[in-house]
Amino acid sequence: MFTKQEKIFQTVSHIVLAILAINALLPMILLFMSSITDDNVLIKEGYKFIPKKFSLYAYEYVFKTGPAVPKAYLISVILTVSGVVLSLLITTPMAYALSKKYVLGRGFLNFYVFFTMLFNGGLVPTYMNYTNVIGIKNTFFGLLLPGLVTNGMYIMLMKSYFVTSIPDEIMEAARIDGASEFKVFRTIAIPLAKPIITTIGLFAGIGYWNDWQNGYVYLTKRDDLYSIQNLLNRMVQNIQYLSANSQNVANADIGLASIPTVSIRMSMAVLGILPMLIAYPFAQKAFVKGITLGGVKG
Amino acid sequence: MAPQIQTGTYAKKGKLGKRFVRSIPFYLMALPAIAYLFINNYMPLPGLVLAFKNFNAKKGIYGSDWAGFKNFKYLFATGEAYTITRNTLLYNFAFIIINTILAIFVAILLSEMRSKFKSVYQSLILLPYMISMVIVSYLVFAFLSTENGFLNNTVLKFFGKSPIPWYSEKKYWPFILVLVSCWKVIGYNCIIYLSTILGIDRTFYEAAAIDGAGKIKQITKITLPLLKPTIIMMTLLAIGRIFYSDFGLFYQVPQNQGALFPVTNTIDTYVYRGLIQNGKPALSAAAGLYQSFVGFVLILSANLIVRKIDADSALF
Repeated sequence: MFTKQEKIFQTVSHIVLAILAINALLPMILLFMSSITDDNVLIKEGYKFIPKKFSLYAYEYVFKTGPAVPKAYLISVILTVSGVVLSLLITTPMAYALSKKYVLGRGFLNFYVFFTMLFNGGLVPTYMNYTNVIGIKNTFFGLLLPGLVTNGMYIMLMKSYFVTSIPDEIMEAARIDGASEFKVFRTIAIPLAKPIITTIGLFAGIGYWNDWQNGYVYLTKRDDLYSIQNLLNRMVQNIQYLSANSQNVANADIGLASIPTVSIRMSMAVLGILPMLIAYPFAQKAFVKGITLGGVKG
Repeated sequence: MAPQIQTGTYAKKGKLGKRFVRSIPFYLMALPAIAYLFINNYMPLPGLVLAFKNFNAKKGIYGSDWAGFKNFKYLFATGEAYTITRNTLLYNFAFIIINTILAIFVAILLSEMRSKFKSVYQSLILLPYMISMVIVSYLVFAFLSTENGFLNNTVLKFFGKSPIPWYSEKKYWPFILVLVSCWKVIGYNCIIYLSTILGIDRTFYEAAAIDGAGKIKQITKITLPLLKPTIIMMTLLAIGRIFYSDFGLFYQVPQNQGALFPVTNTIDTYVYRGLIQNGKPALSAAAGLYQSFVGFVLILSANLIVRKIDADSALF
């Protein structure tokens, strides 16, 4: 039973939230609609929400013009998977070690992780180090390495989960039964820490899928290593990039008349967004949980 | 006495040794992170001396001649430091104020919503947060492109106005960037406030309702006061990072257009351009060190205050 005031409040809430929700979607709708509109119509009338003349030519062009897009997809997938796995392999054991009070030198280790959250050299020294000393410029590691653990935040987050949510007694009991520390970690701590591991893996995954900066900074000569984001980034400046870079120079041979200059940007962006949109409904719950878990500090 | 002390120290040593042995597996577990953070976060630190050098690519960072504070003097004397600091700070202030107010507003509406649409609204409002800045720049371009954009071709035409060359008119960009930031992060911020609101004891509201307090009164007298600690915490932590800007937002969304630099250049974009595009790594390093140093002081102070208010919310 709603009171009258409650009813008004609910109605107004619905309207406001619906406007905000539509507002969140609108740009993506414009993007999608433009990508399936005929290029000539776009040139004349600009990007519109309702296509006057429907055309999938931009997509056809993207896929027929060369292997750049499927390849970039593949690299994005490999990058995201290896990024998530490596991030977790680095973060989880460290967080677990820090959660053990009796570890000698724990204070130092804590500070070692923690200092990275307070102070960092910034882009220039990091770039110089990765380029001149480590030598990852123009390699796949240029995409992978700089983002594995951006700072100690996730380690600290996971550490506090280990401390507060996993009872010491279970692990102690297993140890007394003769299990090694590694076995306790693997068979007890990790399964119990699944929620936080999922969360941090998800954040790392979103980070890697969306990252364009590493490729922009570290891949100056190897555009064959471009992820989908790097490809998109490159096309902001150079619309011809996709075709200029493909082996199929003679477009006529494969039945492509001309570059759909206006719609192609939009179709590329749709291709960039699509995997995220497909994954979103599944990942969303864990994502929301993750934000509440680490949000205040993130 | 003497032997006793000796056994005492032996015992302690033995204990320490035992503790060390017991710690070894954990040292092994910590090893990957120690190594990674060393490479990613510690090894670059000596490179900060570049800020005090006349960089010569042939001689390298450490071989280049010392320049003292010349790079910093240049930054401040030319007014570049002023522009990028002003932009970084003003945008961050605008983001903190506008995004906080809107996020709280949305969080309250969502928390009061008694409908299955609630989760639909929440999902959709959060969605932009998942999208990369490169794609955001495409989305913005679809609206603002001078030749093909939706605004110039449809909206302005409808009102009989002439097209605006958005990417070369700097006066619009403070609004555009605030709008884009708002669009992207509202969903994220609102979830943090929402989780605090959902943690509030419902009996407060029931009691207030019995006492005749309406919805608005319940919100102003119960929800907002109880949100205050979270608001203060979030704001302080944001102030701690006020010297840092979202590089993607300020670099990608204005599409690196020179005409817009006066209102889109922040410390982060300045550092990037100096290093990659303009070949002035020493100046970049100086700006970066300035950012890291002030940022360090701000994070420490913000955290100190947070810890005074609520130790659990503090970063450290």
